[in-house]
Amino acid sequence: MIDFTQPTPVLLSEERQITETRRELVLNMGPQHPSTHGVLRVRLTLEGEMVVACDPVIGYLHRGVEKLGESHRYAQIVPWTDRTDYVAAPSNNLGYVLAVEKLCGIEAPERAQYWRMIMAELARIASHLVWLGTHALDIGALSVSLYTFRDRELILDIFEKFCGARLTTNMMEIGGFSRQIPPALPEMVRDFCRYLPKAIREYEDLLTENPIWLARTKGVGIVEPEIAISYSLTGACLRGSGVNYDVRKAMPYLLYDRIDFAVPLGTHGDVYDRYLVRVEEMRQSIRIIEQCLDQVPADGPLMAYESNYVIPPHERVMTTAEDMQRHFIWVIKGFSPPKGEVYHAVEHSKGELGYYIVSDGSPIPYRMRIRSPDFVNLQSLPYMAQGAMLADVVALIGTIDIVLGSVDR
Amino acid sequence: MDWEPLIVSYLFGFVLLNVLLLAMAYMTWLERRLVAFFQDRIGPNRTGPFGLLQPIADAVKLISKEDIVPANADRLVFLVAPLLSFVLAPLGALVVPFGDAVTVFGRQVNLYVIDINVAALYFLAVGSMGVYGIILGGYASGNRYSLLGALRSTAQVISYELVLGLSLVGIFILTGSLSLVDILRVQQRTLVLGGLELPNWFLLSQPLAFVLFLIAAVAETNRAPFDLPEAETELIAGYFTEYSGFRFSFYFLAEYINMIVVSLIAATLFLGGIDGPFVDGVWWLAVKAFIFLFFYVWLRATLPRFRYDQLMGLAWKVLLPLALINIGVTGLVRLWGIGAL
Repeated sequence: MIDFTQPTPVLLSEERQITETRRELVLNMGPQHPSTHGVLRVRLTLEGEMVVACDPVIGYLHRGVEKLGESHRYAQIVPWTDRTDYVAAPSNNLGYVLAVEKLCGIEAPERAQYWRMIMAELARIASHLVWLGTHALDIGALSVSLYTFRDRELILDIFEKFCGARLTTNMMEIGGFSRQIPPALPEMVRDFCRYLPKAIREYEDLLTENPIWLARTKGVGIVEPEIAISYSLTGACLRGSGVNYDVRKAMPYLLYDRIDFAVPLGTHGDVYDRYLVRVEEMRQSIRIIEQCLDQVPADGPLMAYESNYVIPPHERVMTTAEDMQRHFIWVIKGFSPPKGEVYHAVEHSKGELGYYIVSDGSPIPYRMRIRSPDFVNLQSLPYMAQGAMLADVVALIGTIDIVLGSVDR
Repeated sequence: MDWEPLIVSYLFGFVLLNVLLLAMAYMTWLERRLVAFFQDRIGPNRTGPFGLLQPIADAVKLISKEDIVPANADRLVFLVAPLLSFVLAPLGALVVPFGDAVTVFGRQVNLYVIDINVAALYFLAVGSMGVYGIILGGYASGNRYSLLGALRSTAQVISYELVLGLSLVGIFILTGSLSLVDILRVQQRTLVLGGLELPNWFLLSQPLAFVLFLIAAVAETNRAPFDLPEAETELIAGYFTEYSGFRFSFYFLAEYINMIVVSLIAATLFLGGIDGPFVDGVWWLAVKAFIFLFFYVWLRATLPRFRYDQLMGLAWKVLLPLALINIGVTGLVRLWGIGAL
């Protein structure tokens, strides 16, 4: 039985005594390296091509987003969350606004909740497409990355149509959406849902049964379920090991309890299983989006205007005195949530993304903490890299699916 | 001494070298365009019509760049290594027959530079010497990535050299000669198989050897999926990480010339070289070599990269036994005289 309170022991390079007889080579991989997905630095101790020890060194993209949260008003923090995990910006927005809404006791209108789910699932697909492309590229399959980035453009087009921005969308707002849904958008999303399964088949034709791909991914980077839990892995890294934990099912938020979707699980916990899990997640996301599009009301409010914490709509500001005053206060000073602390987690494309916010009753959070999934998942790299080859390390970095903006925050 | 054949050979060699360099330049263009089409892109199409001037622009750019030598490099070796790779690369093409003898100005001119009785061995020898440029360059760079690339290259070339050589033994048994000219002559005969008249290409009588040769040749030229010595996503650029400017371009040239030479040799050994329907000639050789080059590009656009240990396992556990079996079977067939091959 593994004691979950104790971290699994893994030797780090610094702790090793490097002696003449061992003939080890310390290789500094990154922060500038083609396959460290940004600015991850990995200090590798190699014996020939075998990895003896591996320590990830992070912090090269630290921008202090959490600290910035302590000096910005609640509504101003949303654009900062875009910049943590920039390949799935709407999901970050969602985690933050849901945490603030929980703090203030606001509930967004049903229509807004459906559109939030659609956008979050599109962001998940976009993130998985980037992951698949770069992961395959790391293992040497050149073309897949071009195909996935081509198809990701369609999602970015949808984002652009909806909110004008493609990457850092600043899409969600506290209380819902103040923008209207463009009339052409549902059809655009439906077109995409019809297109993507064909594209996924194309990627799978190139990879899933390719003997070289199998040789490179099967049995590599195995994480047993108990170890995965002890490292508190989440997302596909955990589900690839066969542990059934998906925040959308375990603690349903938005309207995920009304949607029928499956949580794909792996069996061996290796790189290949995590690959299969993520590919299947893209298909499940398509299912979720299609159900949302079927169920979403065509008309209705998008913003919880009845709440005092939400900025009043433009027409009311121009016609009623209280709303004009509220609007003035909201813009000049911001809104002040009640005192208290709140944690809200969403299932991000990389795992459980949690926002922990402490409010002292002022318009600025007392403390904002982001539990970013890839930061936690990255811990498992030294464990997975034990006894691996140098070429496996890039596959392992790929399989964890990190975005350094989110790891360093 | 009769100087005339020697001078003719030199002249032909000079022409051949220039043709190879031109072919190499357009091979880079072709590869970029083809990979672009495989990947739903356009590729270089801005410089000249269809981007045809792109290789020239690239060459000018590379030559005019600064020649950087890292501070902790082994200076002399670092400077010489790319030259070694580059000089050895086109030598293999010298033994390729480009056609039957032609008469120019009343003189008989052979369309090959030299016909030596160990031509196939010579090609293998020159091919394996080319790796010295890689090993020395990687070692002399004073960079750990370069060193790892050089080590990988050493192991890879030693292993696949064996397979490459052994895959050809079947052909030697069938022809009784190591000369490419002789091997070509045997292939120009007609093979009658069940009333069907087929060309006597060794692709048909040695299919296994052909597959082995193809795999080993891809590994020998460090191309995907065996491009471990320069695996970009692992070793940045492998052995030429520290090279820039024209020294980098020498490695680049060597890699592409190697591809072309191996394609020419493969076409001559297995696909009957200049032999073809209608009129035999160098155009058939060009078409066949192009098929190989296209195959190279196709592989690169499709397959992921092997891992180091898997690469070794493939060579020693799969390809080498198969090559030995092929030799044994060919020898027995030859001994019992089955078929008039």
